[in-house]
Amino acid sequence: MAKRVAIVGTGQTYHKSKRLDVNGVELIHEAVARALEDTELTRDDIDLVIIGNMDHFEGINYVDMWSIDGSGGFMKPTIKLTTGGTTGSTLAIAGYHMVASGLFNKALVIGWEKNSESDTTAAINTAFDPIWDRLTFAGAIGALAVEASAYMDDYGITERDAARVVVRDRKNACNNPYAHLRKEVTIEEVLSSPMLCDPVKLLDMCPRSDGACAVIFASEDVAEKITDTPVWIWGTANRHLYSYINDVNFHGLQSLKNASMELYQKCGIKEPLKEIDVIELYQPYSFGGLLWLESMGLCKEGEAPKLVWDGVTDMDGELPVNPSGGVIATNPIGATGLIRCAEVARQMMGKAGEHQVPNVKIAISTGFGGCMWSDILLYGKDKPY
Amino acid sequence: MNKWLETVEPLVYESRIKVPYTWSVGEVGSRFLIELRDHKKIYGTRCPKCNIVYLPPRKTCSQCFFNLDEWVEVGPQGTLITYTLVHYESSMMPMKSPFAYGIILLDKANTGLVHLLDEVKSEEIKTGMRVEPVFKDERTGDIMDIRYFRPVR
Ligand SMILES: [Zn+2]
Repeated sequence: MAKRVAIVGTGQTYHKSKRLDVNGVELIHEAVARALEDTELTRDDIDLVIIGNMDHFEGINYVDMWSIDGSGGFMKPTIKLTTGGTTGSTLAIAGYHMVASGLFNKALVIGWEKNSESDTTAAINTAFDPIWDRLTFAGAIGALAVEASAYMDDYGITERDAARVVVRDRKNACNNPYAHLRKEVTIEEVLSSPMLCDPVKLLDMCPRSDGACAVIFASEDVAEKITDTPVWIWGTANRHLYSYINDVNFHGLQSLKNASMELYQKCGIKEPLKEIDVIELYQPYSFGGLLWLESMGLCKEGEAPKLVWDGVTDMDGELPVNPSGGVIATNPIGATGLIRCAEVARQMMGKAGEHQVPNVKIAISTGFGGCMWSDILLYGKDKPY
Repeated sequence: MNKWLETVEPLVYESRIKVPYTWSVGEVGSRFLIELRDHKKIYGTRCPKCNIVYLPPRKTCSQCFFNLDEWVEVGPQGTLITYTLVHYESSMMPMKSPFAYGIILLDKANTGLVHLLDEVKSEEIKTGMRVEPVFKDERTGDIMDIRYFRPVR
């Protein structure tokens, strides 16, 4: 029988396009120190460290070793994970699995990236098949742009619809002191920003950031002693799709659709739009903020623009999406999925400050990456059965 | 092996990964390298709790996780703790082989510095020998601003 697991504390760094004041190890330490401070635990209380990033962004291929001074992993079991864009959400799922196993009581989970240290697109291309994908495939932006094109064609979605998502997230980011881009934008500014890969323009896309995030997972044996507001993991699901970009079915995010259905079933969610109080969506570009809501079953196919235009996903709407400002505002890639998890936890603990959504009882965070892969986690204020 | 494959040369796709990097040195590392570059001085950071002087300097003590902000000038002389003679060639080597490198415990430091050894015959290198740094004339702010260590004569 698995142990029930809760998040008991979180920490994240301030994010910038270049954090020249710290090296990678020091950046990691900044997030870890905040998470320890949040829980009033010390390094000695931690019995497992799980760390992750994308090796090729910093060109360091032994991060579990190299990061010890920052992670606090000195003479502790330490594991390194990398799964592309989903790295941060994989880390959260791994923290949950390891503590649920009953073998570890308190796991410190760390995601980080210093995207300023390399050419992000060149580095991303090294993740793809050298014989079949690399020569013809225009990095992450191109892969998302072909999804957006198919979506526009399927349902008559417009670039203006997508721009409304950006306006929402950039507005929310202004209330999050840790966010990278903290300046509101208008629909006209999004539409007139430079075209990157048709129909994806500069402001439709996430930035690349330097930053780190740390989350402490604890077992039911100790969680309530550490905090009065443990955030319980009710369930997780993940789906990996293909190796090659050409194999992907671009009509809806199939991996997210499949993972969401499994998770709702496991957690007894029947009407997600009504039952879920907040979502931190791994949304690296604006069109994903529409199409992927449909894939999560929050509305019928082609109807996400109505949901977004009606304000349902705004801060004061029925289901706020990305109160933190999301990925469109902050994107240290290996940390991005874990920041979604930390932000949901802060919402449920009532620690989200200026971007607090009132009374969050059930929440979701997601991860996206690789070849259109998805992770999804569901959290509850109440202890699961 | 398939019969068809025996009639041809299997293909190998030759390419290269070329991603440029700019690694942040950070506050502590920058201070160390700027002192080295501008004043030919070598500094470590000291943990007041564990009484360890770290070289290269750290911002955090790996033993106790305490933030380190006390700077201690170390060396420049030190003691060779261990060494080896490199005889093989690789594109990543700092010098043409044969050459020697070792771990040097600079005076007042508690952790060793890895560096090259030169101006010494290989058979004269001994563990425990006293060494001193030879600095570059034109320094640029990296660890090779120390060219190598040589025996104190
Ligand atoms: Zn110490």
